[in-house]
Amino acid sequence: MGAGHGHKLHFHGHSAVHRAPAHLKLATLLVFMLTVVATPREWFPAFGVHLGLVLAVIAVSRVPFGYIGRRMVIEVPFVVFALLMPFVATGPRVDVLGLSLSEDGLLAGWGLLAKGTLGVMASLTLAATTEPRDLLVGLERLRMPSQLVQIIGFMIRYLDVVTDEMRRMKVARESRGFSGNGPRAWAVYARAAGALFIRSYERGERVHLAMLSRGYDGTVRHGSDR
Amino acid sequence: MSAPGPPEEPRNEASRRVLDIRGLAYAYPDGHQALYGVDLHVHRGERVALLGPNGAGKTTLVLHLNGILNAGAGSVSVSGLPVSKEHLQEIRRRVGVVFQDPDDQLFMPTVRDDVAFGPQNMGVRGAELERQVMEALDKVGMADFADRPPHHLSFGQRRRVAVATVLAMEPEVLVLDEPSSNLDPASRRELADILRGLDVTVLMVTHDLPYAFELCPRSVVLSGGVIVADGSTYDVLTDDVLMAEHRLELPFGFDPRAIGNPTAG
Repeated sequence: MGAGHGHKLHFHGHSAVHRAPAHLKLATLLVFMLTVVATPREWFPAFGVHLGLVLAVIAVSRVPFGYIGRRMVIEVPFVVFALLMPFVATGPRVDVLGLSLSEDGLLAGWGLLAKGTLGVMASLTLAATTEPRDLLVGLERLRMPSQLVQIIGFMIRYLDVVTDEMRRMKVARESRGFSGNGPRAWAVYARAAGALFIRSYERGERVHLAMLSRGYDGTVRHGSDR
Repeated sequence: MSAPGPPEEPRNEASRRVLDIRGLAYAYPDGHQALYGVDLHVHRGERVALLGPNGAGKTTLVLHLNGILNAGAGSVSVSGLPVSKEHLQEIRRRVGVVFQDPDDQLFMPTVRDDVAFGPQNMGVRGAELERQVMEALDKVGMADFADRPPHHLSFGQRRRVAVATVLAMEPEVLVLDEPSSNLDPASRRELADILRGLDVTVLMVTHDLPYAFELCPRSVVLSGGVIVADGSTYDVLTDDVLMAEHRLELPFGFDPRAIGNPTAG
């Protein structure tokens, strides 16, 4: 990620995948995801084909597999849930390595794991090869309602500002001897979250004022289609 | 810049007024009255500092200049055009407000998009838009940063881009809210150089009295919702009684008398 380039998920490059128009990539991701979700979980070879497709796109994009791999940690909570399913589901049981597992649970867990992993992998590939701004342009091209595109744009812009604010509040808390352990700290976190919400809300109002001052009339154009 | 010059005919005098505020009064919806009849004229090409203690109504006044707030009584007009609902777009083109926190002002994914936002709202497109954007960025020395996201810039750079977002609309008067706040001395000086180099009328709201003295030949003091002083910055800052009465204090070690009156020649 060179200076001046996007967000933490973006991997700077000039491959064919990087250069492809964002709306094309978005539409492809959507179709791919619908196909994956619609594939019955018993069609094991089909998932092999899906995985092959994603891996091929990653290879063409020249984004290192390790780069995508490390970011897939986000999936862990779902993995835990998928792994639990064979234990908690009912129905006929099978013995695997001395454990009595539910057949339905095994299949359901597999389905969740396979579809989830493919989804996360494909989304990360899109994020790694597309600048946030291009994504917004792509969404606009795909006729996503402009209010939604604007909201996503604001989210991207202010994520860092709000995270910074959160970090400053944390430093200020700790500087006064607060250590965030145990249930008694929860009340403090709740108030901090409330304060952060109010501050962000007020910032939203100030941003709106500043936009009105520059003649905002409800439309924001992100792309080059100005 | 703002030499009083020979007396002119009243009609001519009125036509030189970029800002013309008469008897402006305003109370917030909760009943708190912020302005009690403000009279202020700013002439073309002037740089004027608006001074006053916290809570004097400075920000309220600024929000009247481009019609965000509507006058309870009195009137505001910009180059002869009254600030009212039907002229709002044109008023907002003529009056460029730069707010205190650049993060409030810069909200688009790149600097270029952000500077383009104002002119786009005014219906400018294509090559002309590109020209206005790059010209504005050039004036603040930020042309090389056009494709960067604003949150990757330093605070001083963001403040300069915020000025550019407004310059791109080619305003008749530039209104700056606390332009020097949170800037390090180098950024503060760079901004001063930029502001001095602009060929535009400036109204600058500030607590930074040395900055006002450096940049603005004329100062206006707003206190308790009325204008209590209007004169050369040197005269205002050296009027100890006035300064003490309205909670204005010079920073330690700064003495306008030691620097001298720039307008006295």
